[in-house]
Amino acid sequence: MNGILSLPPLSRRAIKVWHRNLTVFIRTWHVNFFPPLVEALLYLFAIGMGIGSYIPEVEGQPYVTFIAPAILTIAVMNSAFFECTYGSYVRMYYQKAFDAMIATPLSIEDVIAGELLWGATRSVIYVVIMMPVLAAFGVISLPLALFAIPLAFLGGLMFAGIAMCFTAVTPGIDTLNYPAFLFITPMTLFSGTFFPLTILPVVLQYLALALLPLTHLVAVMRMLTLAAVTPVVLLHLAWIVAVTVLCCIIAINLMKRRLIV
Amino acid sequence: MNKVPSLHGPVSPTKDIRPASIPDVIQAKNLYKTFGSMTAVDGIAFSVQKGEVFGFLGPNGAGKTTTMKMIACVSPKTSGSLVVLGMNPDMEPAAIKARIGVVPQETNLDPDFTCFGNLFTYARYFDIPDEAAAQKADELLEFVQLTEKRDVPVEKLSGGMKRRLILARALVNNPEILILDEPTIGLDPQARHLMWEKLRALRAQGNTIVLTTHYLDEAARLCDRLVIMDNGRILVEGAPADLVREHAGQEIVEVETSDDVVACLQDLKVPYEMAGDMILIATGSSRDIARVLLDRCKPEKVITRPATLEDVFLKLTGRKLRE
Ligand SMILES: Nc1ncnc2c1ncn2[C@@H]1O[C@H](COP(=O)(O)OP(=O)(O)OP(=O)(O)O)[C@@H](O)[C@H]1O
Ligand SMILES: [Mg+2]
Repeated sequence: MNGILSLPPLSRRAIKVWHRNLTVFIRTWHVNFFPPLVEALLYLFAIGMGIGSYIPEVEGQPYVTFIAPAILTIAVMNSAFFECTYGSYVRMYYQKAFDAMIATPLSIEDVIAGELLWGATRSVIYVVIMMPVLAAFGVISLPLALFAIPLAFLGGLMFAGIAMCFTAVTPGIDTLNYPAFLFITPMTLFSGTFFPLTILPVVLQYLALALLPLTHLVAVMRMLTLAAVTPVVLLHLAWIVAVTVLCCIIAINLMKRRLIV
Repeated sequence: MNKVPSLHGPVSPTKDIRPASIPDVIQAKNLYKTFGSMTAVDGIAFSVQKGEVFGFLGPNGAGKTTTMKMIACVSPKTSGSLVVLGMNPDMEPAAIKARIGVVPQETNLDPDFTCFGNLFTYARYFDIPDEAAAQKADELLEFVQLTEKRDVPVEKLSGGMKRRLILARALVNNPEILILDEPTIGLDPQARHLMWEKLRALRAQGNTIVLTTHYLDEAARLCDRLVIMDNGRILVEGAPADLVREHAGQEIVEVETSDDVVACLQDLKVPYEMAGDMILIATGSSRDIARVLLDRCKPEKVITRPATLEDVFLKLTGRKLRE
């Protein structure tokens, strides 16, 4: 059969799958609209201002300003990751939606690509809803921070791809808890989110940079929201693009292997 | 787009009485499908003509669904040749799928949508513009008599309504071939008759229909030709009436089993078959046999009836339950 790294044939029909998910999302907008708002406020108050009041400054910034990009980035990660694990798994396994779709001119590659695009889109939506809140509290620097929106798409696509790889190999919905707890939760804490990577031992710093995709996304996001972009941003972006492309390709091939028998 | 399939007329050297002018829309030769070490379809050959209703019968696990999925381009064949509408499913799946409609064995309507939403969304997958899709959706809801349920979420439908909605969904792209895997599973008699009526209407419009079913009366009513499969192989092929005549005779006499009756039948040298607590005798003249039996064997109960496709089916595939 096809190699796991072979380039999957894609068509514009992937957009149809994306469109289907968007339609459902819009119909249930009231349950989708408030979590980002509430989450942004919770983080700002509890961690930024609560814990932050004990912390004078981090890397020359008020603590709440330091964590603002982390709030955005974690939202990017979670919305794409959970959409393309639990969400996609439910559509694939319980709703048999993919089976129904591949009986039309859509191919399985189109279907999975559409799901990945949708995962990334959810990240964008989340960030777009959160940004005004953060801006209102003056913790992000506009207009440069607006680049967080395209970045959310890229980062979302990366986490969608990673998530879909897990979805493609998970034996059941319960086992999706493993990547959620063993990968996402630690990453949320150890990626330069709530404290700078530099306070970790050097070995761990390198490990974080090598293995935790969130570190790169947080780093870029922080440069944007603090309006302090340095050339290192290119290295981070290159890392993100490479991992995104790789994971999306692997995800599509693994899914095809799982579903086309 | 509307390329006429290139394969015409008689293809198998065996008895083929079909006129040469009607093209085959599906043709399989030496078709295999294996799952690991398990052979689900074991070298079958068949061809479906344009405009006919072609049935696949067989016990559970015979390989019917596997065959349907290969035709519908959702499951690749292992080997052999398969041509659908003149195209190879491995090479041009999207072009084939655009011209066929599928009712899968397992209901897979989209629970996130209403009846209308299901048809509308599905139509989009076929690149049908929104306006035409909406119109088609309403038209089809009426066709399957679900207009009243237009805006009801699909979970709220009964099993039979879901089945009808799936038939409507299979029609959104005006397919040339319909592939129906147990379309009437779980339907009550009314819904089944409605489904038959719809299928006959579709056939009358020139659609080709390929279907599987476990209801042999249904197959006998609907199918122009059918095959009976078992263990991945095709056992027989033909028109239902011909198959009945060839394999089950014209009439059947059923007698309740008892040692006396068995001894008597052996005495009379009448060929018979044991079927549970009944003995079946295939015959051209059931009355004569019944009279002889009643006179000479003193049976508890005697029934005479015409032979059916069920007799053929059970004779060819045995009476043992399939796992
Ligand atoms: N995805 C699969 N993986 C492994 N084996 C399979 C798969 N799908 C079908 N089979 C096997 O292939 C054989 C044929 O199955 P198929 O579903 O085609 O039967 P069927 O004739 O449709 O039966 P039924 O009347 O029960 O629907 C069965 O033994 C089944 O267990
Ligand atoms: Mg089946």
